[in-house]
Amino acid sequence: MEITNYIGIDIGSTAAKVVVLGAAELRFVLPTGWSSPDTAQAIRRELERQGIVLADSLVIATGYGRRAVAYAETQITEITCHAAGCADEHPNCTIIDVGGQDTKAIHLTDGKVDDFIMNDKCSAGTGKFVEIMANRLSCDIDTLFSLAAKGKILPISSLCTVFAESEIIGYIGNGCKREDIAAGIVDSVSEKVAQMAQKLPLEHEVLLTGGLSHLQYFAESLGRKLRHPVALRANGRYAGAYGAALLARRRGAAQ
Amino acid sequence: MADYHEMWESLGMDVKAHDQLCAVLPTAFGDTYLSQENRPENMAYYDFVVSEIHGVRPAELIEHQKAGGKVLGTFCLYVPDEIVFAAGGIATGLCGGSQFWVPDGEKVLPKNTCPLIKASVGARVGRTCPFFRIADMYVGETTCDGKKKAWEVLAEDVPVHVMDMPQMKRPQDVQKWIGEIGIFRDVVEKFTGNKVTKENLQAAIVLLNEKRRALARVFACRKADPVPLSGKDALLMMQIAFYDDPGRCAEMANKLADELEQRIRDGHGVFAKGTKRILVTGTPMAIPNWKLHHLIETSGAVVVCEECCTGTRYFENLVAEDCQTIEEQFSALAKRYMKNNCACFTPNQGRIDDILRLAKEYKADGVIDVNLKFCTLYDMEGRDVERALKKEGIPVLGLETDYTDTDAEQLRTRIGAFVEMLG
Repeated sequence: MEITNYIGIDIGSTAAKVVVLGAAELRFVLPTGWSSPDTAQAIRRELERQGIVLADSLVIATGYGRRAVAYAETQITEITCHAAGCADEHPNCTIIDVGGQDTKAIHLTDGKVDDFIMNDKCSAGTGKFVEIMANRLSCDIDTLFSLAAKGKILPISSLCTVFAESEIIGYIGNGCKREDIAAGIVDSVSEKVAQMAQKLPLEHEVLLTGGLSHLQYFAESLGRKLRHPVALRANGRYAGAYGAALLARRRGAAQ
Repeated sequence: MADYHEMWESLGMDVKAHDQLCAVLPTAFGDTYLSQENRPENMAYYDFVVSEIHGVRPAELIEHQKAGGKVLGTFCLYVPDEIVFAAGGIATGLCGGSQFWVPDGEKVLPKNTCPLIKASVGARVGRTCPFFRIADMYVGETTCDGKKKAWEVLAEDVPVHVMDMPQMKRPQDVQKWIGEIGIFRDVVEKFTGNKVTKENLQAAIVLLNEKRRALARVFACRKADPVPLSGKDALLMMQIAFYDDPGRCAEMANKLADELEQRIRDGHGVFAKGTKRILVTGTPMAIPNWKLHHLIETSGAVVVCEECCTGTRYFENLVAEDCQTIEEQFSALAKRYMKNNCACFTPNQGRIDDILRLAKEYKADGVIDVNLKFCTLYDMEGRDVERALKKEGIPVLGLETDYTDTDAEQLRTRIGAFVEMLG
């Protein structure tokens, strides 16, 4: 049977990302919601609505909900998929993927993962931390970062999301500027992410992927902490899904 | 499990709470163990021991006590069981490996104590483990700060003798350990009312060496590809070895080894040839802690060896059997036990050498260095372990975890990515 499309589906804790390579070239994102199997079905409906026949496609699923995608050929971890999504253009690099509940640093040599590190079960230094703090400041995540760019950093704990939130409540009570609190929040998350990423060698370029990878101010903040420039991976949010689609194409070629 | 309520009640156990543990264990064991395919027939013995885990062996120990014998509970493989068996006692391992006991442990210990200590203390203070009730005396040792203080808590409730471990491996440290074994002998003689003689000590040395040889035979089979035994099954054999009768332990391990050696001759494995092979190193996995092995072996890889207390350290190195005097026997005991390379020693290059040697002997594709949360010594030594392995070009993944299952999916992602990385 001729495969016409290679599809990568990355169901993260917050967002589900889909990349299609082949006859159709498209990508879209959906909120993960509370049920990964439901999300997987919503993705299937959206693919079919866009005229993609699953029977003619090879699907690889990744991310936390990877096992919920019953129509996937196989599941591959998001660490391998993010690496695959960057390796063609950046065979030697360190990827920092800030996800909804996990942050990973992945070291690539000649296009292959040779080391990686992932945060422990703690939301500090993840997208969840930023999301909770943005809620506290009554804004969305993008606004939080643009506010931060105009603020002066207030010290905020990077150890624990709950502690950090109570510190922010203290700042709010003291009438501190929203921009300064926002700057403190970004500084805190950058500190935590950098602490982890520093355990890997940073001899090559450092690329940001995941849900915060469109935010220049975040890359700059992280770069200051790492004392190493951090670049935004183009369409970095889709890096995992794109990698899964590339791996699907590779698997299809091998079959 | 048969009905042992009468026995448990006579041991002063909290039977109601204990029933909850009995209710979950068969499901956990079924999901983790009985779901495996192609297991060796001789694993049936170990399955039986688990199915009767708080029944059959405790009943044997109680019989021993009724005949006037003593049972000594131990927590560490530096404690020389030979002394206990020589004096007609029975030594039995008491380490707790279930989250079930942790909350009771946390009632008397700080939360940031390692789960092994919390579970062990919790099993005693919560009165939910027959072995902890049966043991007439606990034998502690000073391998870490957490344990040192835990003995003080336990000593409020049960007789405890603590052996003072050396922290270095200089000649004077081996001398010190000979002295500690002598003190232990005096304590055991007084407690059991039996003398340790050259003859009964020689018999005990041979008995425990036979057990070590048998366990080593099973491990040697794991060097084959395809591997004839799952890591989970090997771990179960080791966990049971800690509290089984040593003679029976050797007999059963030898039977298993016979079957495994035949499997190797037949090219018969439990995982396909070429399955990625993992050496696990780090902190011990007391029964029923099967978490890491289960995650690894359901993520496309197989555990082929454990460099830990519930692995090679338990049986590698024998006690010399050709001693002419009791002094020579004590010296031989001290030398054997001091060859163990625990992270409580400084420096501890011997452990790094062991890991590199085992990775090669067992043809490991990668090493997973696992640390029980709040075990500072192994955690800190992890840096040296990773550095040495990377220098040799052996991929390594460091993990930290506890007895809860709440981090299982995160661990699965890491282990999955590591196995994918191995190619």
